[in-house]
Amino acid sequence: MNVDVVIANMPKLLQGAVLTLELVALSLVVGGLLALPLALMRVSGRWWLRWPAYAYVFVFRGTPLLVQIFLVYYGLGQFEAVRASVLWPILREPYWCAIIAFALNTGAYTAEILRGAIQAVPVGEVEAAKAFGMSRALSLRRIILPRAFRIALPAYGNEVILMLKGSALASTITLLDLTGMARTIIARTYMPVEIFLAAGLVYLAITFVFVQLFRLLERRLGRHVVGAR
Amino acid sequence: MIDLAGFGEQLLLGAAVTVQLALAALMVGLVLGLAGAVARLSGVRAARALAATYTTVVRGLPELLVVLIIYFGSSRLLTAIGESLGHDGFVELSPFAAGVVALGLTFGAYATEIFRGAILAIPKGQIEAAHAFGMGRVLTFRRIVLPQLWRIALPGLGNLFLVLLKDTSLVSVIGLEELMRKAQIATGFTREPFTFYLAAATLYLLMTIVAMAVLHRAERAAGRGLPQVRGR
Repeated sequence: MNVDVVIANMPKLLQGAVLTLELVALSLVVGGLLALPLALMRVSGRWWLRWPAYAYVFVFRGTPLLVQIFLVYYGLGQFEAVRASVLWPILREPYWCAIIAFALNTGAYTAEILRGAIQAVPVGEVEAAKAFGMSRALSLRRIILPRAFRIALPAYGNEVILMLKGSALASTITLLDLTGMARTIIARTYMPVEIFLAAGLVYLAITFVFVQLFRLLERRLGRHVVGAR
Repeated sequence: MIDLAGFGEQLLLGAAVTVQLALAALMVGLVLGLAGAVARLSGVRAARALAATYTTVVRGLPELLVVLIIYFGSSRLLTAIGESLGHDGFVELSPFAAGVVALGLTFGAYATEIFRGAILAIPKGQIEAAHAFGMGRVLTFRRIVLPQLWRIALPGLGNLFLVLLKDTSLVSVIGLEELMRKAQIATGFTREPFTFYLAAATLYLLMTIVAMAVLHRAERAAGRGLPQVRGR
């Protein structure tokens, strides 16, 4: 074991970790925006809303993230129409391709989590809202969604960790995220074990912080619930 | 229909490797998971700590990194062992073996938690009854706990297997010619990445559908003795 190499390259690894966090944060925001309408479509009574959302979720959860990221980054360039379009400056960049692929992927998983949470809201509360004369939209905004977000929180915490780990795939499309940076350093130093283990420690540290943050958030959002502490 | 330019057969061969890899890693992972769960619930503090460290560390690392660490780390380790035995020269695990170990370790870490939950879900009265019948701890585990474990753990393990099936694509990064790598190779020849990655995605989806159907049947079969599960 060569600790000096690890110490010498730590600044670079941390630089990679910053890109990892950036990718995760942006993907989660875009994915979350996708997930809400998808989840509402999934619980809709209209089949033409429910069915496309189900197909979307099924396809993105049933295929590997690696295939999805390759389809976006390498695949789209196959079409002349894409290369000629105004979107090409974006779709050419591995950075945006990674975010698009990650967001589409985490959007599907998050939609499923939200759907489960919406359906887990006690029927009595929904009926009470109706009895108060609230419209479907109002009861959704005031009663169902706030309730569902809290129910979804633990599962969503897991999804955030999975997204963090999935973001390592950005390294396969030349991005210098934490894993990508580690692979670059290894190409120069040829110390794969030391550098990969060091990168692993950084991932573990980030995971630990995320887990603690979600624990705090759960406690805060559940502070009105008896016995939640 | 999409034109695969003669690479269709190659993709199917790759898919066969993917299935073999997934099943081999499943076997390793189930053994590790069961051992991990027993260790986590054991009275020996060192075993508990070891199992807890294993699941925490492996579940916190990206699967891609686990694959890379096992592939490069094992060659370092095996070469060192070889040298100490008087064999000089580079020794390494094949990408397939490294993939089985890496994915098995990952599956095992999650399976440990599922098995642990399942063991705890078995009513305590049954264990006490077994003890009252004069069964020892090992016999109780084999005759009472283990047969029920399967049924309780199956839904969780099924989800893990679906994740494992998709994670096999990561082993393409260390050069194993499974489905994903075959698609990459075909792309290199034909310059049609979208076509081949879409074909690969379709095959993964089909494998997922088959796995889901098998798991559904397995769950029905495992729960056939229970009135509330029947007729689902």
